Amino acid sequence: MIIGETPPPSGAFGVDAIAMTMRFGDFLALDNVELKVRPGSFHALLGENGAGKSTLVKCIMGYYHATEGDIIVGGREQAIANPKDAHALGLGMVYQHFTLVPAMTVAENLVLARDDVPAVVNWPKEMKELESFLARMPFKVPLSAKVSDISAGERQKCEILKQLYLKRRFLILDEPTSVLTPAEADEVLGMLRDMVVKGELTILMITHKFREVMAFADDVTILRRGKLAGAGKVSELTPDAMARTMIGAEELTVQPPRTGEAGKARLELEKVRALDDAGAVAVHNVSLTVRAGEIVGIAGVSGNGQRQLVEVLAGQRDAEGGEIRVAGDPYHASREEMRRHKMSLLPEEPLKNACVGGMSVADNIAFREFDRAPFASGGWWLNRGAFRDDARKKIGQYKIKTRTPDTPISALSGGNVQRAVLARELAGDVEVLIAANPCFGLDFAAVAQIHAEIMAARNRGAAVLLVSEDLDELLELSDRLVVMFHGEFVYEARTSEADLTVVGRHMAGH
Amino acid sequence: MTTEAADSTEAVGTIAPAADPGFLQRHGATIEYILIPGAALAGALAVFGIFVAMFGKNPLDLYFYMYYGAFGTWFSWQNTLTRAAPLVLTALCTALPAQLGMVIIGGEGALLIGALSATSAALALQGLPPLVVQIAMVIAGVTGGGLWIMLSGALRQYRGVNETISSLLLVYIALAILNHLVEGMMRDPASLNKPSTREIGAANMIGSIPGTDVHWGLVFGLVAAIAAYILIYHTVFGFAARVAGGNIRAAKIVGLGVSKLILTICFLAGGAAGLAGMVEVAAVQGRTNANLAAGYGFTGILVAFLARQNPLAIIPVAILLGGISASGGLLQRRLGLPDASVLVLQGIIFVFVLASDALYGRIGFLKGKS
Repeated sequence: MIIGETPPPSGAFGVDAIAMTMRFGDFLALDNVELKVRPGSFHALLGENGAGKSTLVKCIMGYYHATEGDIIVGGREQAIANPKDAHALGLGMVYQHFTLVPAMTVAENLVLARDDVPAVVNWPKEMKELESFLARMPFKVPLSAKVSDISAGERQKCEILKQLYLKRRFLILDEPTSVLTPAEADEVLGMLRDMVVKGELTILMITHKFREVMAFADDVTILRRGKLAGAGKVSELTPDAMARTMIGAEELTVQPPRTGEAGKARLELEKVRALDDAGAVAVHNVSLTVRAGEIVGIAGVSGNGQRQLVEVLAGQRDAEGGEIRVAGDPYHASREEMRRHKMSLLPEEPLKNACVGGMSVADNIAFREFDRAPFASGGWWLNRGAFRDDARKKIGQYKIKTRTPDTPISALSGGNVQRAVLARELAGDVEVLIAANPCFGLDFAAVAQIHAEIMAARNRGAAVLLVSEDLDELLELSDRLVVMFHGEFVYEARTSEADLTVVGRHMAGH
Repeated sequence: MTTEAADSTEAVGTIAPAADPGFLQRHGATIEYILIPGAALAGALAVFGIFVAMFGKNPLDLYFYMYYGAFGTWFSWQNTLTRAAPLVLTALCTALPAQLGMVIIGGEGALLIGALSATSAALALQGLPPLVVQIAMVIAGVTGGGLWIMLSGALRQYRGVNETISSLLLVYIALAILNHLVEGMMRDPASLNKPSTREIGAANMIGSIPGTDVHWGLVFGLVAAIAAYILIYHTVFGFAARVAGGNIRAAKIVGLGVSKLILTICFLAGGAAGLAGMVEVAAVQGRTNANLAAGYGFTGILVAFLARQNPLAIIPVAILLGGISASGGLLQRRLGLPDASVLVLQGIIFVFVLASDALYGRIGFLKGKS
């Protein structure tokens, strides 16, 4: 097949990437990696952050040009110079984040995506064609609804439909379910699986959810630090074996067992209201009590007010109404109150929310204590030696990988930035801990360490509020589970008694 | 399933021994801070050379006279230092708020209000011992200028008004207040052509550093710049300011009182410019009139940017720009260039300095490998 020639009108084809090597300067992102996706199969690509999954797919899609290696599409070697070539070959990619225009309708988005949009669109004709196209598809989406009005699940379906509408028959999905509830994820993947089984489609899915791999994928390829770590049939593997292959011989921090009972109410929210940046109500009169020695998890699909709630607790946003009490005292997120009540905060995106990128690791670790001895002499003069000594100690204790304590924190990887924040927030006594997506985008070792620290804080008697978009994390850690939807708490249960389908239904607002 | 041999785990939890990155890479940031503004200055001088060549003058003559007029003789050195003194102080008015991420360009307004306050204090305390009057002038100048810029900070913090715009607009308000007072209730009836306040009195002037013609304002400037440096880099207050300036969200999450930081820094910044106004009155003019609006406040912005907002770097940069302005007279006399040529040069320097900002971190041979 020649690039530019239309691919055969139907039927799945396979893609092989052979001996792929990709260098960025001195950094070897891919080292002689092989990926074989059989025609008409559902293939999972597993690996930790930074293992090279995205680099590999971007080479296939023509965003990057591999330093060495060949791409074979449908049995023929192809030179894919840019994404347009890849599209012409029938390769399509669905990204983690949406690429639809929110203010336009679904139909407009679909037509807009075509390469050959006419100058004047004959909408009655296009609508007819779209309807007949949709009739052949397993997904149903409301064509004339605005994208901003449909749910995340429907948007993800639109993204996939868009690829199918553009006649792409090899789909690369980059963590497609990260914004979906478990039920939505199962529905979307199930339908794709049916199309694969019928031989209409080949799918390569980047993921780190073993549950989805076990349920939907035929084959799996696992990368570790830019190298092929393993490949095989999913039916012959267990999640444990895959996890071991992903992380290699690295020792994970062992999470302490859950011990002790919940004590007195420590953090109380009463009818807290908050607005988002646009001035719309994001948090609507929520009330909640977190007791000492208890982890309360807040579940919900991203964008349901969790961020604004955490910002209020972190002092980054003013509440519009309601009251927050810590150990019975009113709380306004002042330094003095945070100190008195031994509060710790682990916000999401720590570099953006809790660090100053240009300041050193040592400085960043000292943010909570810099105005007290031994960091400050007489309450005003900075004692530089104390900063460095303390940082050295914590760098060792929290396994922070940094060249020196004086390195700017922005030079560290995400996991190490979060470790530095952990060192700052959890080194002393903790009575109240507020964590928001603390493990987002981190590797296994960092996740295990953070989970262990959170559980240890709980066992020492801290009241922990854990806001997360990762339901597995919440089920693993929390004692109680609350679901947040459209700024309200719509469901609450003891985690041990929570029913996953009921939780998922509430996350979707039903 | 095929599995490759597990590769060795990296050493964790230690400060990893990294290969020595070499002198250039280790000091990359510092070298950049000198190299880039230096190159910007050189570029600006080259373009200015083309500008004077269009007038039919030899650019090499220009550079010689600039050097000669600024640093060639003891006389020109004194002239330069006298001009540098207020520049150090007005540059602090931009550099201090910059630590908090604010862009304040209203030093000129704080200078005028500071001068007016200092003059008022001196006139009100006529007859008291000179030292008392001088101290009162310093306090009045600093307080007046400080409150003026604090107004900008408060408008930003409590009403969401952009501090750059408000501080600039406050310059014109300050000028209007000054004109109103010197032409009205504070006018010295004897000042006919140039409405002015009455003289503060020769005894109350702060005079020159012994053995020179350079007034004490230079010492005020040096002390203020060094104090500002210590405040920002060695005190708890400065640390908090740098946290808030680096990332306001991080400052809030550790409970730092951002409003208090903003108001205090703005007061100190305005106080520095107000002190410049006091110095101009007490060391140069002896009274307040429209002469004070000589543009020191605006040149101070240029000094602060060229010094990368570093209080210590402000000192040499202020001397350099003081020199450029000191050489203006010589350029006019020897080359027949218009007096405003020096302003053209300042404008070109500003454009180059702002444009050179894009170069930081992009100079290949200074980059680390990792």
